[in-house]
Amino acid sequence: MATVILPPRHYLNDGYGIASWLFTRDHKRIALLYLAGVTFFFFIGGAFAVLIRLELATPAGDLVSDETYNKLFTMHGVMMVFFFLIPAIPAVLGNFLVPIMIGAKDLAFPRLNLASWYIYMVGATFTTYAIVTGGLDTGWTFYTPFSTVSSTSQVIPAALGIFVTGFSSILTGLNFIVTMHRMRAPGMTWFRMPLFLWSTYATSLIMVLGTPVLAITILLVAVERVFRFGFFDPTLGGDPVLFQHLFWFYSHPAVYIMVLPAMGVISELVAAFCRKPVFGYSFVAFASVGIAVLGFLVWGHHMFVAGQSVYAALVFSILSFLVAIPSAVKVFNWTATMYKGSISWDTPMLYAIGFIGLFTIGGLTGLFLASVGLDVHVTDTYFIVAHFHYIMVGGTIMGYLGGLHYWWPKISGRLYNETLARISAGIIFIGFNLTFFPQFIVGYLGMPRRYHAYPPEFQVLNVLSSAGASILGVGYLIPMIYLMWSLRYGRLAGSNPWGAVGLEWTTTSPPPTENFAETPVVTWEAYDYGAPVEGHVA
Amino acid sequence: MWSGTPLFPESASTMASRVDSLYFFLLALSTFFSLLIAGLIVFYAVKYRRRAADSVGSQIQGGLVLELTWTIVPLLITMVIFVWGASVFFAMSRPPDETINIYVVGKQWMWKFQHLDGQREINELHVPVGRPVKLIMTSEDVIHDVFVPAFRIKADVVPGRYTHLWFQSTKPGRYRLFCAEYCGTKHSGMIGQVVVMDPSEYQTWLSGGASEGSLASAGAKLFQDLACNTCHRPDAQGRGPVLEGLFGKTVTLQNGETLTVDEAYVRESILQPAAKIASGFQPIMPTFQGLVTEEQLLELIEYVKSLHELPQVQPR
Repeated sequence: MATVILPPRHYLNDGYGIASWLFTRDHKRIALLYLAGVTFFFFIGGAFAVLIRLELATPAGDLVSDETYNKLFTMHGVMMVFFFLIPAIPAVLGNFLVPIMIGAKDLAFPRLNLASWYIYMVGATFTTYAIVTGGLDTGWTFYTPFSTVSSTSQVIPAALGIFVTGFSSILTGLNFIVTMHRMRAPGMTWFRMPLFLWSTYATSLIMVLGTPVLAITILLVAVERVFRFGFFDPTLGGDPVLFQHLFWFYSHPAVYIMVLPAMGVISELVAAFCRKPVFGYSFVAFASVGIAVLGFLVWGHHMFVAGQSVYAALVFSILSFLVAIPSAVKVFNWTATMYKGSISWDTPMLYAIGFIGLFTIGGLTGLFLASVGLDVHVTDTYFIVAHFHYIMVGGTIMGYLGGLHYWWPKISGRLYNETLARISAGIIFIGFNLTFFPQFIVGYLGMPRRYHAYPPEFQVLNVLSSAGASILGVGYLIPMIYLMWSLRYGRLAGSNPWGAVGLEWTTTSPPPTENFAETPVVTWEAYDYGAPVEGHVA
Repeated sequence: MWSGTPLFPESASTMASRVDSLYFFLLALSTFFSLLIAGLIVFYAVKYRRRAADSVGSQIQGGLVLELTWTIVPLLITMVIFVWGASVFFAMSRPPDETINIYVVGKQWMWKFQHLDGQREINELHVPVGRPVKLIMTSEDVIHDVFVPAFRIKADVVPGRYTHLWFQSTKPGRYRLFCAEYCGTKHSGMIGQVVVMDPSEYQTWLSGGASEGSLASAGAKLFQDLACNTCHRPDAQGRGPVLEGLFGKTVTLQNGETLTVDEAYVRESILQPAAKIASGFQPIMPTFQGLVTEEQLLELIEYVKSLHELPQVQPR
């Protein structure tokens, strides 16, 4: 086996110094800029979560004041949703991979791509300003008329930050859509694309179509708050529930912006670590599109107790059940892919297995919420909190970390410590379940969400949850450390350390700035493991 | 440590067992599918673990029969759940004809309850066991939400409109009532109790309070004080519509539309009189926005209701 050496010329040594990063148009460098951004905001959001769980370790509101607590859960939600979960996989992994996976040199609009990152950072700056100058206490959902009339916190800068960041999302989605339509390498047909690209495409559609609605909604909140125009405040002739319709029209599809890319990652991981084509490729691909389309039609299930008509509730209920079907199809297909695979237990696969298990629980508990008569009892309780954390943390973050570990050798050219990585994957899985499973129970018992203090009979379950959160926190810190460490000290990865197929593994690690020495010509289907795997060095 | 830690909520309303049955069905279903998936994944991961560094998996592309199976079977199962959940929701949304009506006003951060006989309570609600109770609710400021876990019911309390919630308790006791819609600084302090009493105790309790007379009589006094009676006269000689017997009736508006006179319409007609003018009348009534509180509005509504010719409670 030949000694692995770093390629002499690659995107990381193509220019040094801060300007070569801040003015780069290379999608891979922009991906790393995003990686820095989302990692920073993930740990900020995580710090808020730690304080929340510390407060909830005792029933009395004794660690922080009620006002501070309300700001903590609001800022945890805002940071995690808008500045971590939504951009994480598309803007980091998507940016890095979309051109490489289709055999292109870059995205269609490299300057626009860089502009997206700056817009994201400007938005994040506004929101950070809101946090350091007093914080925000409306909940990440900004419900009116509380947010427009009652709250005395920094609603305007925070809203402005989210408004601005939305444009970064729109432009990134647009860039991906155009790139996939126009820049696929010769022979790279739609049905030869890796499934990650199908889910990224579906995600981009939601970003482009849904985000403008959020922008308008946020703007209306600001206008009502500043100029007292009556949109939502009933004393000004507005309708408070109208806000919820507008908000969830974006924010439910936004859930799919967060989880669809993770599903795409899982398809890649399962195929690569079973060395098998994904079972039912076209069903998985169309499931992504189906989720994106149906996802736009279910927003009303957030409002079953908000006083909408009985018949509206029933329509949203049945549509919510329908959107569960493509998700179930994906889970079954991933499971079937493992049948007669050659399954390695490398770290990314551990994350994929964790994802499938946790997403299954998250998805099934979604059925509880889609059935109206049961939702009435559990909505606005910790049952909801547990459910969406199983999707967002158990799903999206597991998928993100799995993907980061899978493509890290490609991104950095080096391997991380596999033992540490497996251990921390295990810690995250255990910590996650201990944190969020008790919340299902305490939710059905009736503990409302967003409570600073709670009745004593809920304490034991909350202590379990807080204990789990501390384990989870450790689990997230370890990868941060060994991945940084690997940048300098990790073994060289070589172009294809996993023995995987896919265009990204045919180029060097790290890839050259133009991705490929010459434009590849694709003559094979996706996940074609039929031929002996070359280049495997492990 | 576990002794004071329930794992399942108390059931104290007719709705509780219906919600719980659906919950247990879904719990069984979820457990089955979670174990199925987890079991298969772990089994495959062990059975088909990679034994040689360069081995590849069996090149299976897919299978139409399997795909159809795991599309159609979940579809059928979810439709069963949908119908079940919908039927429970229908029962929750449709109060029986004969209910004890109680008005609820939420404000940051307290609950105010007004009984028809005039008793007023804060953060505590007394009701008789075994009788259907309907709450007619509104908010003075932001959105709140009445949630009684032991009854498995919940509904938002929205400023500017009336929402409804009904329950029939099954056993006497004290049950927690939470505000379940985040409403600001002391949201977690906006809690109270529902006190479910034996009918005889309830009668004793009822006769104990209400020095100010019934809600309708308070409304009648307000009706005089605000000079509503100069225009709304029972003899049809006033400039405004006759209110006697009006509640629950269908009226025709100037633009030809019709509507049923309910709490929301009475409320709107007091606060924004010009919004929906009954046909045959001029839009001359002044607004009372800012002059009457939410509680006084409820008294006026109850007064209008009491002017009904038939002494019965309307379903809406």
